Amino acid sequence: MTNSSATLIETSGVGLTLGSRQILESIDLVIAPGEIVTVIGPNGAGKTSLLRIILGLQKPGRGKVRRRSGLRMGYVPQSMSVGPTLPLSVLHFLSLPDRQPRQKRLEALNELGIGHLAEAQLYSLSGGEFQRVLLARTLLRDPDLLVLDEPAQAIDFIGQTELYRLIDRVRRERGCGVLLVSHDLHLVMAATDRVICLNRHICCSGEPETVSQHPEYLSMFGPRAAQALAVYHHHHDHHHDLDGTPVEEADSTARQTEQQKENSHAG
Amino acid sequence: MLDDFLVRAFLAGAGVALVAGPLGCFVIWRRMAYFGDSLSHTALLGIALGFLLGIDLELGVMASCIAMAILVVGLQQQNRLPTDTLLGILAHSGLALGLVAIAFLDRLRVDLMGYLFGDILAVSTTDLAWIYAGAALVLALLILVWRQLLLATLHEDLARAEGVRVLPLRLLLMLTMAVTIAAAMKIVGVLLITALLIIPAATARRFATTPEQMAVMAAVAGILSVAGGLWGSLIYDTPSGPSIVVCALVLFLTSLGLGGLLRRA
Repeated sequence: MTNSSATLIETSGVGLTLGSRQILESIDLVIAPGEIVTVIGPNGAGKTSLLRIILGLQKPGRGKVRRRSGLRMGYVPQSMSVGPTLPLSVLHFLSLPDRQPRQKRLEALNELGIGHLAEAQLYSLSGGEFQRVLLARTLLRDPDLLVLDEPAQAIDFIGQTELYRLIDRVRRERGCGVLLVSHDLHLVMAATDRVICLNRHICCSGEPETVSQHPEYLSMFGPRAAQALAVYHHHHDHHHDLDGTPVEEADSTARQTEQQKENSHAG
Repeated sequence: MLDDFLVRAFLAGAGVALVAGPLGCFVIWRRMAYFGDSLSHTALLGIALGFLLGIDLELGVMASCIAMAILVVGLQQQNRLPTDTLLGILAHSGLALGLVAIAFLDRLRVDLMGYLFGDILAVSTTDLAWIYAGAALVLALLILVWRQLLLATLHEDLARAEGVRVLPLRLLLMLTMAVTIAAAMKIVGVLLITALLIIPAATARRFATTPEQMAVMAAVAGILSVAGGLWGSLIYDTPSGPSIVVCALVLFLTSLGLGGLLRRA
């Protein structure tokens, strides 16, 4: 097995107890290059703790985390509030903590379609713009594994679709693995290879379609989850019908979001 | 040279302002204005300890500020109490302990006014040498870790995830601040130190478009405040420390007006 196809990160039996509270219990997780893995779960399920352990920000109480040697991780935090007291342009921000060539920084911004924000001040950005700047910043570091914490939380629906489309494109062009933490169900289903349903332990995992039928998943998120998925599929069919493209279930959900985006541009 | 002590006073104030400018920017960015207050409150304890141990009183102040800074960073790691609560407890306990300790030492006569409001006109040539050596060291360290410190200021976890060692950086920032505050105590006194950190930096914010510009402009605004304040105290026979702060305030208010005009234009 060559190094580039080796597992990016692997946790085995990872557990965490803070105070008297059991946060995580025997988590076995593997992320391979080029795959998008999404962790979903209700509030307090330990999603953020798991992500912090994977990033190396938190030591697991039990178990092991194995990272491929020389693994470069790019991190897009959930939110970042920059007060207006700190004057900092987007281009300048991309040169922290290491100086990066100006050309490279501009290319990264253009790659995500935000070249026009180069000179903008960080505190003036909207939630969606900020997410893309953070994503551009990780690209400069040429990551093997992208880790995004609730990337769509501060963004409206259109922005979310767009963001997932970008993440998918980055994955395809760079071949990096992606780990997402999310609780917005239908979008997750649309843009992920594998879903891990977390509630302190891993309840179920697998392809989105499989997980969405899993009894544990349904009991955790209730009938609304199934509904959300149904709405999503309705949406899906609708757009493809308009385009005159034949409708197929479940095969190309990522393509669908792209098409949806193109439609909104054309319209 | 005209009024030697006045020149020394200006040079001392300018040396401290040179460092207080950039550090004040971090105080504003990281919302740690209370930190300056807390450190300065332990100064009296430092004086008492310095007297008890028979060492130079200013050395005692410096040592107590440094100990306080290390204590704060250490206790922050515990994550039990929020930082502002922690600082409140430490600051006022430090102040109270200092006052009690001084009351016990009847042989120690402390010029309380001098420590509360500064005694910049009593600066010696040796003081000047210390101030500029310290300023050079602090500025060199700041420049060395500048980008990492900025990222850690924006988002600590992001910095950590990318291999920035955040804890030593925070300790460095706190220690440089402790040293600066101990030095600034002589210039503007315990009560006004936070002003010297914050007001020039706030003034600079109006005109700066990069963090580096803001740091340099804050230093310049601080130096102008020292010059203007000393001049004012000479003319109107006012206490020098408060005069410096008043001058900084005037600069800040002017910057508000100018900033408004520039934006309209």
